[in-house]
Amino acid sequence: MHAGIIFLLVIIGSVLFHIFTPWYWTDIASNWGGMDDTITLTFWVGGGVFVAVCLFMIYCVFRYSHKEDRRAEYKPEDKKLEKILTWATTLGVAALLAPGLIIWNQYVNVPKNAIEVDVMAWQWGWQYRLPGADGKLGTTQVRNIADNNPFGINPDDPFGRDDIMVESDVINLENNRPVKILLRSVDVLHNWYVPQFRAKMDAVPGTVTFYWFEPNKVGEYEVLCAEYCGVGHYAMRGGVEVQDKGDYEVWLSEQETFEQLSARYEKLNVDGNKLAKK
Amino acid sequence: MSDEYDNNKSYQAQSSEVMDGSTGSVNPDIDYVRPAEVGEQDLYHGHSFIEKWVFCQDAKVIGVQYFLTAVFTGIVGLILSWLMRLQLGFPELAGFMTAEHYYQFVTMHGMIMVVYFLTALFLGGFGNYLIPLMVGARDMVFPYVNMLSFWMFFVAVAVLMASFFVPGGPTGAGWTLYPPQTILEGTPGSGMGILLMLISLSLFVIGFTMGGLNYMITILQARTRGMTLMRMPLTVWGIFTATVLAMLAFPALLVSAIMMTLDKVLQTSFFMPTILKAGEVLEYGGGSPILFQHLFWFFGHPEVYIVALPAFGIVSDLISVHARKNIFGYRMMVWAIVGIGALSFFVWAHHMYVSGMNPWFGFFFATTTLIIAVPTAMKVYNWILTLWRGNIRINTVMLWCLGFIVTFVNGGITGIFLGNVSVDVPLSDTYFVIAHFHMVMGIAPLMVIMGAVYHWFPLVAGKMLHEGLGKWHFWITFLGAYSIYFPMHYLGFIGVPRRYFEMYDSPYMTSAVGMNEFISIAAFIVGAAQFILVFNIIKTLKTGKKAEQNPWKANSLEWYTSTVPPKHGNFGERLPVVHRWPYDFSVPGAKDDFIPQTTAPSEVIHTEVEKT
Repeated sequence: MHAGIIFLLVIIGSVLFHIFTPWYWTDIASNWGGMDDTITLTFWVGGGVFVAVCLFMIYCVFRYSHKEDRRAEYKPEDKKLEKILTWATTLGVAALLAPGLIIWNQYVNVPKNAIEVDVMAWQWGWQYRLPGADGKLGTTQVRNIADNNPFGINPDDPFGRDDIMVESDVINLENNRPVKILLRSVDVLHNWYVPQFRAKMDAVPGTVTFYWFEPNKVGEYEVLCAEYCGVGHYAMRGGVEVQDKGDYEVWLSEQETFEQLSARYEKLNVDGNKLAKK
Repeated sequence: MSDEYDNNKSYQAQSSEVMDGSTGSVNPDIDYVRPAEVGEQDLYHGHSFIEKWVFCQDAKVIGVQYFLTAVFTGIVGLILSWLMRLQLGFPELAGFMTAEHYYQFVTMHGMIMVVYFLTALFLGGFGNYLIPLMVGARDMVFPYVNMLSFWMFFVAVAVLMASFFVPGGPTGAGWTLYPPQTILEGTPGSGMGILLMLISLSLFVIGFTMGGLNYMITILQARTRGMTLMRMPLTVWGIFTATVLAMLAFPALLVSAIMMTLDKVLQTSFFMPTILKAGEVLEYGGGSPILFQHLFWFFGHPEVYIVALPAFGIVSDLISVHARKNIFGYRMMVWAIVGIGALSFFVWAHHMYVSGMNPWFGFFFATTTLIIAVPTAMKVYNWILTLWRGNIRINTVMLWCLGFIVTFVNGGITGIFLGNVSVDVPLSDTYFVIAHFHMVMGIAPLMVIMGAVYHWFPLVAGKMLHEGLGKWHFWITFLGAYSIYFPMHYLGFIGVPRRYFEMYDSPYMTSAVGMNEFISIAAFIVGAAQFILVFNIIKTLKTGKKAEQNPWKANSLEWYTSTVPPKHGNFGERLPVVHRWPYDFSVPGAKDDFIPQTTAPSEVIHTEVEKT
């Protein structure tokens, strides 16, 4: 008898924990509220099934515990009951799947007006590049990466000249403007993840991956690496600062373009050579 | 349910004398079972200690060898989990542990528990011991290969454990071994450690193939007379389907291990693109890291079911025996096992929604994944419907089964979160995932293993384990494990990522500190509680109560051997002949509340059995 009571307490405790938990998701700061809603829906349906199944099991433990003078029912199959349960489950599962797929469809279709951000990951840090006035990012190659070309931009690509290099592990984003995050890695897998934005995707060396979101709350956020990338994984942090349009444009104007950076290095080189000659 | 026979014929006159008759009495018409088509196999009986206990060909001894070796690796895995929890809960006490150590422990814990502990224990351990006994065979069909299978496994374990002692230590690449980091500096153990891991896995697959062929062919070809496929205990169905999965899935692991070994040793580029490391471009180019993930999960997802299906089968039998009721919907249960097994090959990329593969795959894999929920849910319904109107013994075995239902349903439901592609996006790579898979394929199968140990110990050792100790063992394990993993889901909601050696001071993570301490304490207690079982086994072997034959009053053949524990050859002079399924419990009109599979229809003529 006490077995049933303990199981009952476990189930009641689980429900109470869920209601009163201080640990729950962070305030959302992007357009992906639909993910939260689908989680909530899954919680209600799935949690309901969990509680119902466990309560039924506990009822059986109380009601049908062993008595020498009683016999169990002998009924190998109940086709009708099995059919009802199969269809009810199928319907329930379909009801959960549908919103999941609808949101995924939004997730994989990037809005046309999204600004592209090149997020380049390495062991263990992040750096960012934005398209310049032409609105296009220059093509890149790992082999081009050097001190004077930190993103490996192809020097012949005209789109690359005006690309904006962010010399920081913090990227600024404009509030209420969709962003397409283009992920690259020069060494191993990484994953650029801000819990408040909900979205994530791995950066894979050898290819460019992407995802998008629309930040909708001004503030500073921490970036975490969410794909194991070696011994420094846990320390691979970065930042995002979401700003209103005005502030964002001020920040943007303070950043250096690829052209400016190249020129600065050339000057450094020339100066360095002069020094060496003296 | 019994043989097909015509109720209209009047056998009533004979029935009274037949009822009292011995098992051997046979009515030629209603008791007809097709004769055997081939003769019995010859067995090689060991002569020396070494042949009987070390290089032994008896599947039962091999089963125990597998079991003990797997348990040894499990204890290593348990100790590693303690060390991880020490770091996560009380980093100030774990000053000796560097991030390298932590990642090595994480990796070895995962690989050991999934492959060397659970897989070896269910298939090598329970499979070897139970298959021949349950299908009424004297041994596996290829006893010598079976022996080699264990020793190959043994060598694989030895190689794996050796990696703790090589320079650089074992690999710390995570159990998924994702390239490129796995074989690059920056990941601990990227030298000798990863090589030994890949060699060990390859050996495991080779050894396992030897065993797997045995399990499959024994089940298909060596069943005793009357043991039709649809009269097999669900334990056998579960192990059989899992073995088929393993035969199809493990080759993917083997080839990916070989390809990665080549990438490591010969600088081929199967999985390695152009890589910039410390300012230098490495001599790789053109490979695909995602290809490895596809291969790995093509193995890795069926692997989940390689562990789960035997657990499903075993728990069905335990519930039925101890609820004194036939398993509800046997045919549905069989088809669910087979269906889940088949579907499990079409869902692998649900581990890769955010891997950077073509995102359009998400639609397909989310759909297939959620389809699997349907047969799985049917199994859950049938377990609880078996309890319904049963006559349930609330003993230690049943407690483990009930614990299994709670943890499995919990873990199954969270699987629906993670399988549903867009819901997976915020939750993947967080503690939610850890909580999910530990609940569903760590704790739930472990509950079944424990139930099975208490259930079959009287058969294997001839003595009854102590019930009181067993109940303490259960409650501490169940309540402790539940309080480890249930709250852990909520860390995942916050967004706490997995595989973090340290959380630093991220604002949303500081609230997790208290919970981490609590979880760690629970983990220490649960781990320690497992030694109650060790103590119980030692105590029972020394002074335990002798078990009567078939103490649980079960129907399946393993309880009807000539001696307990069964000798080499399992059965007496003649192999048993099977007349019914193993679930004829509480049949109306029968004298006892169980009818063994060997009972001929003419012996129970007054009962209202349904035919199978």
